[in-house]
Amino acid sequence: MHIAEGYLPPVHAAAWGVAAAPFVAHGVRALTREVRSNPESTLLLGASGAFTFVLSALKLPSVTGSCSHPTGTGLGAILFRPPIMAVLGTITLLFQALLLAHGGLTTLGANAFSMAIVGPWAGYGTYLLLRRFGAPLMVAVFFGAFVADLSTYCVTSVQLALAFPDPGSGVPGALAKFGGIFAVTQIPLAVSEGLLTVLVMRLLTQSSKGELTRLGVLGRERTERHEEAAAR
Amino acid sequence: MSRNAKINTLLLLVVAALAVLPLALGLGDHKEEPFTGADAEAETAITELQPDYKPWFSPLYEPPSGEIESALFALQAALGAGVLAYYFGLRRGRRQGAARAEAEAAGPKGAAEAAEASGTGQSPLDRPDA
Repeated sequence: MHIAEGYLPPVHAAAWGVAAAPFVAHGVRALTREVRSNPESTLLLGASGAFTFVLSALKLPSVTGSCSHPTGTGLGAILFRPPIMAVLGTITLLFQALLLAHGGLTTLGANAFSMAIVGPWAGYGTYLLLRRFGAPLMVAVFFGAFVADLSTYCVTSVQLALAFPDPGSGVPGALAKFGGIFAVTQIPLAVSEGLLTVLVMRLLTQSSKGELTRLGVLGRERTERHEEAAAR
Repeated sequence: MSRNAKINTLLLLVVAALAVLPLALGLGDHKEEPFTGADAEAETAITELQPDYKPWFSPLYEPPSGEIESALFALQAALGAGVLAYYFGLRRGRRQGAARAEAEAAGPKGAAEAAEASGTGQSPLDRPDA
């Protein structure tokens, strides 16, 4: 659930727009480079964008008695690195802002910053860290997607707390309030997103081994062993 | 069902349970309007924190009714699901095509072996090796 249209004061809206713009511009360059040097990855790029589309459309009930939706950005960030998701996430946000009155154009910068930039980077960082410490692929994928989802809504809470500090307790008081609305609601949804991302990654390891190896998700050794097994 | 397919089904079941439990346990009962969107709740919170705040911009297009809005959300999900299904279908078809070509090249004896090794004829959920 994103910040609604007109619900950030103009200065904040502009500042988040300025903060998000270079990431999205860099992402567009990364995306063009990826498509140009590996035309065959276009399909998987489309699938990653499609995953974000599906998950952001699924409004699910949560333990707090309210509804929110996952973001689906963890998968693409793990597969193609976060800059690409800055583009795909912003496209999803734009679709929802223009057609569904969900989120908004004035809050696009802030929402892109949380969902298309911080979420993918935090998720990707978690994934890399776990992999480096020798965690199994699917464990790293689960926590990567979980963190990408949850951190998005933590950022949303911070953005709103900065714009609307509590008259009594200031920014921390407002953060507790918005955190209760967004972040707590999001915890079970982030678990769902983690599980769905694991499911898609499992299907990908079966259908697109070559591609995952090229992207560095599957180790070379492992794939070769698989191919040997298949050849025998 | 193979172990792989069982794990995949289990993953889906847990996701479904996570979505249904808050409803089944009545976790929204303490609210006047249960299970509204978190963004609408945030709007209410903003009005509480700053009663004089007025949104200074309104959406260029707003779906005229809840029905239209849900139709557009369904469209978004359908577009995404369609592309994902196309991707996995295409991959599976290519894999089967490659296996068949290999089998034909290897002659009638190799055909059975190749089909066996590449897992043709099995659903991708049933591949035991991945």
